[in-house]
Amino acid sequence: MADVEVQKPEAGPTGGAAYPKERRGFGSSVLVVVLSLVAALAVPVLTYVLLNGTFNAMSGRVSAVLVGVVAIIIGVVGVFAMYTLVDLGIKRLPDNIGRTVQPYAWAGPAVVVLGIYLVYPAINTVQLSFADATGEGFVGWDNYRYVFSDPAMLRSLRNTLFWIFVVPAAAVSIGLGFAVLADKLRRTESIAKSMIFLPMAISFVGAGIVWRFVYSFRVEGSGEQIGILNAIKVGLGGAPVDWLAVVPWNNLLLMVIMIWLQTGFAMVILSGAIKGVPEDMLEAARLDGATEIQIFWRIIVPTIMSSIVVVFTTMIIGVLKVFDIVWVMTGGQDGTEVIAERMIRNMFTFRNFGRGAAVAVFMFLAVIPVMYINVRRFREEEATR
Amino acid sequence: MSGGPVTVPDIEKTKAAQPTRGSEGGVSDPRSVQVVRVIVGIIIILWLIPTVGLLITSLRTQGAIETSGWWTVFGSLFDTSQWTLTNYQEVLTSGGFDSAFVNTLIVAVPSTVMPITMAAFAAYAFSWMEFKGRYFLFVFVVALLVVPLQVALIPILRLYAGGPELNISFLSGIAGAISGYDVERVTAGIPLSLNGTFLGVWLAHMGFGLPLAIYLLRNFMGSLPSELMESARIDGADHFAIFTRLVIPLSVPALASFAIFQFLWVFNDFLVALVFLGETADVRVLTIALNALNGQRGEAWHLLTAGAFISMVLPLVVFFSLQRYFVRGLTAGAVKG
Repeated sequence: MADVEVQKPEAGPTGGAAYPKERRGFGSSVLVVVLSLVAALAVPVLTYVLLNGTFNAMSGRVSAVLVGVVAIIIGVVGVFAMYTLVDLGIKRLPDNIGRTVQPYAWAGPAVVVLGIYLVYPAINTVQLSFADATGEGFVGWDNYRYVFSDPAMLRSLRNTLFWIFVVPAAAVSIGLGFAVLADKLRRTESIAKSMIFLPMAISFVGAGIVWRFVYSFRVEGSGEQIGILNAIKVGLGGAPVDWLAVVPWNNLLLMVIMIWLQTGFAMVILSGAIKGVPEDMLEAARLDGATEIQIFWRIIVPTIMSSIVVVFTTMIIGVLKVFDIVWVMTGGQDGTEVIAERMIRNMFTFRNFGRGAAVAVFMFLAVIPVMYINVRRFREEEATR
Repeated sequence: MSGGPVTVPDIEKTKAAQPTRGSEGGVSDPRSVQVVRVIVGIIIILWLIPTVGLLITSLRTQGAIETSGWWTVFGSLFDTSQWTLTNYQEVLTSGGFDSAFVNTLIVAVPSTVMPITMAAFAAYAFSWMEFKGRYFLFVFVVALLVVPLQVALIPILRLYAGGPELNISFLSGIAGAISGYDVERVTAGIPLSLNGTFLGVWLAHMGFGLPLAIYLLRNFMGSLPSELMESARIDGADHFAIFTRLVIPLSVPALASFAIFQFLWVFNDFLVALVFLGETADVRVLTIALNALNGQRGEAWHLLTAGAFISMVLPLVVFFSLQRYFVRGLTAGAVKG
């Protein structure tokens, strides 16, 4: 950024007052670049030093609860205080330099943190995927060979593919159907929707316990069935089943949990979209004698298609990353492995960083199309802004 | 897939869509409304059964749980001998769920506030300041929205364990010349030990939550009327004053939406806590404690159900009291990975 022209100072979409253009010498340009970098790094570094210092000073001396309270206060106030401090520093700079540096002091810290927590790791994960278990020695394509040849890995790829086919489709269908039906209720609509939406607030681990109880099983003769599914089956004259060990249907039972959790999400978004369908369009169709079912398929669904697509993509990404449910329910036993669960298993249980990284890279590649679509959509929106 | 009601996570739009329009014109026939009611009712019951079963079971004595299904209580609701709170007492004290609850709050509160603060400053800069690279940097944030956090786990774990160590051996010539010794390998690094600390988890949650926070807040702040900023500037306010006195108060709906979304996300998170905080009793959070209980005593349903309910109670309260904001955050975050 040599020979920067001084930016228009505060230009919103309408632009600020135009300041006369100044040209800066090479020396002051370098100074501005350096100051911008320092400004961007200042908040993350200062915050880290402050928090780390506080933790070190307190560790072992005061009770854990007090550490927690102090930590919360510092965590909450600290970041803001650092920005204030840096901004005060910038005000002491000469006006024209301060104006150029300030945006970097505000936007920079977030970019630095993103660099540390997402960009650097993404690059490093790609490197590690060619390394051995400790992440040190180079092993070439071995880890990728493992991903595409290990029986458990292959099962996980197959299962994840099924999850991707089943869960979004089921959740969107149920959610859409429910949204359309609930839309026809007058007073009870919002309560009805809350009930379906409620599982969204529950952790995957909690949901796992909820459903393990639903599926719970006792060997025949060792007492009454306390899991509702087996109780129903026995009540209908069947024998109790250890549901989670029934290959391959146990996968479907795990998917049910995800559907249970995610239908509310689809329902809420699609419900909002349905309410956006113009009323006169529906009226016109009704006057022409269209049935409610025809209206649903010919008018509502096509009109809200873009929302359906968004819900679908969001869910596919969510399903790709599903791990907690499998971890809690079956631990990936009995042929229920999924790809994200394999990634954590390799990294955490087997301590094989190379293989874990290779699985992560595979997951990363799988979301790149969505990333591309998002960026393209954003650019289109900006162009029309 | 451009355009459309939700593709633009626009908070105002979803807000506008919220007021219920009531019954659709065509369905005035009372019989079909009845049919709709019945179908909706059945789906709701199916959806609630698992949670209701869990709640009822957590309030029954261990003996009662193991001899009869929870649905049998509806036949003997007033038989007080089956009801108890000891499950909660046991899981809270000897189960360690009391400290796990505190730990979860210690993790969740800063992990919510820190990314919001950072994102608010960044979002303001992206909306109302001109600088080189503004467009590029924001596209970069949009691209990061869907990156699965699994990609970040191993490198961050290693970073936390030993700190970043850069191989700067290209400086060995200089180092050798200065020191007079033969220097073959020069590394520089900051020693870190953040694994198993709250600080490490906060920073991780901050990093993973930032893309969505920036994206959301920038969309909101960017849509504030520019005349407002202009007049404040004419009155002599600088960016900091405009930000703290004008933009932040106006952005409360967006801030609240993201805050609730992020708080529930962190509160319910298992993966990040498992990897960076671990399972030792002094730092473990509720989801970790619940998973441990599930592993050790998978058939102790009186403890598991009580523990699971403890882990759900705060999210459910937040959810019911602030549902409107939560829905908005969720709608706006529909593209998050």
